[in-house]
Amino acid sequence: MIDTPKIRLKGLHKQFGPKLVLDSIDLDIMPGESMVIIGGSGSGKSVTLKCILGLLHPESGSIKVDGEETIGMRQNDRKRIQEKFGMLFQGAALFDSLPVWENVTFGLLASGKTRRRDAKDIAIENLRSVGLSPDVALLSPSELSGGMQKRVGLARAIASKPEILFFDEPTTGLDPIMADVINELITERVKEMGATALTITHDMSSVRKIADKVAMIYKGNIIWSGPRNDIDNSDNAYVEQFIHGRAEGPIQMEVLKT
Amino acid sequence: MNFLAVIGRITFGFLQAAGRLGIFAATTISHMVTPPFYFRSLIQQMMTIGYYSLPVVGLTALFTGAALALNIYEGGSRFNAESALPTIVVIGIVRELGPVLCGLIVAGRVSASMAAEIGTMRVTEQIDAMSTLSTDPFKYLIAPRVVATTLMMPFMLVIVADIIGVMGGFLIATGKLGFNAGNYMDLTMDFLEIKDIYASLTKAAVFGFFISLMGCYHGYYSRGGAQGVGIATTNAVVSACMLILLSNYIVTEIFFAT
Ligand SMILES: Nc1ncnc2c1ncn2[C@@H]1O[C@H](COP(=O)(O)OP(=O)(O)OP(=O)(O)O)[C@@H](O)[C@H]1O
Ligand SMILES: [Mg+2]
Repeated sequence: MIDTPKIRLKGLHKQFGPKLVLDSIDLDIMPGESMVIIGGSGSGKSVTLKCILGLLHPESGSIKVDGEETIGMRQNDRKRIQEKFGMLFQGAALFDSLPVWENVTFGLLASGKTRRRDAKDIAIENLRSVGLSPDVALLSPSELSGGMQKRVGLARAIASKPEILFFDEPTTGLDPIMADVINELITERVKEMGATALTITHDMSSVRKIADKVAMIYKGNIIWSGPRNDIDNSDNAYVEQFIHGRAEGPIQMEVLKT
Repeated sequence: MNFLAVIGRITFGFLQAAGRLGIFAATTISHMVTPPFYFRSLIQQMMTIGYYSLPVVGLTALFTGAALALNIYEGGSRFNAESALPTIVVIGIVRELGPVLCGLIVAGRVSASMAAEIGTMRVTEQIDAMSTLSTDPFKYLIAPRVVATTLMMPFMLVIVADIIGVMGGFLIATGKLGFNAGNYMDLTMDFLEIKDIYASLTKAAVFGFFISLMGCYHGYYSRGGAQGVGIATTNAVVSACMLILLSNYIVTEIFFAT
């Protein structure tokens, strides 16, 4: 028998009022796999992640985590599922009323896995693993640069060693070297923890570095998915256009229509 | 026909908002009484809401008590009823002006800052991030704020407002209007009933609940960036003030209508 997928999406449909964002998403992510979702801006990538996390409620479809249906789940079960996830948000979403070290250990403290007096040391250790020096621990998030915030967000996402990691555009807005450092960190951390990862990115060098498998989302559907190495000969005009970043092709950007 | 449709739409919108607020209030209360409790946030909120509101509440009460004494003296002298001044001041302050003015001032201070803070956390995805870190925002953010305000209003702010308000009247009466200090205090104490104090504290607790509920509610449902947070802040203060004045009438009716 084949393994049950870590995450299985079937016919996931989400709209905001009349605005259709996800039409019918089907996607399987196997345990220990690193899946990367690519797709144009506003195509519903972040919304997909938020649906899986239970932050948004899809109109229809099914989301199974370890074979367990999470849609319509009761509060307590939902909490248990949520403990499996760690997420790096697109805008880092650090708690600006708390110092960096409390941000990093927030989940550990909340779940009672760590006592407060040990938290700072654990935070420093996690910060070091994302290449930040211990003195960052005492700063407030507003005192950090964008790249540092991303790395603190990364440290926070991995601190409780979750089974599933979501990264929403981990390298956007970073210089190419820092982007590469972050990509490296992600692959390293994910491999080390044996976690399943789902990453969203626009950045093809990230895709090549992080992905085991790639899925492309367009107009609320997954229009192509396959192993990373197949992406260069996908025989799919949409994928071709996206990975080469051409303005001409089947994908019409809103701005070009006028 | 069109007119009816408009009325229908307004009624429907109102019922929808009322329903959402009702559910929000019920959820908040259920989280206030079930663990885990975040005592650290509770203490912190009690400090910011209670202690730091003291100066403005004290000043408001002082000047209101003083102005009230002047007004009563001048008005009373038309009927040779100046001697009723201490009684009217103490009843006016304790039953009405102490709690209501304190409530309105705290609404401006506290509702606004809660709506702005929680609203900013909403639009920067900090609330989403919190849910992914095994922490319920209702428990961590909202319950401590509502509990702190509902406790600090009666047991700190309104007691202080009542005492300083009466003192404002006392200072003017003895310093300027020629009342005898001992006599003034006797009259004040003779006519103050325990029921007046209960009414004052009940109002304070009810106002405190509405102030924090409005701040949290509008913050929690704010959307759309800085502008959305601004709108949420305004709505929080306006609706808190309206609820204070409305519930003030109802509590007065319950306590004192014959
Ligand atoms: N809370 C919301 N309310 C209404 N519409 C929303 C909401 N969240 C997202 N949308 C809409 O859903 C669409 C998809 O948004 P999403 O954030 O998933 O895009 P994305 O693929 O992550 O894009 P990007 O690469 O720019 O981050 C957008 O058009 C957006 O306007
Ligand atoms: Mg996005």
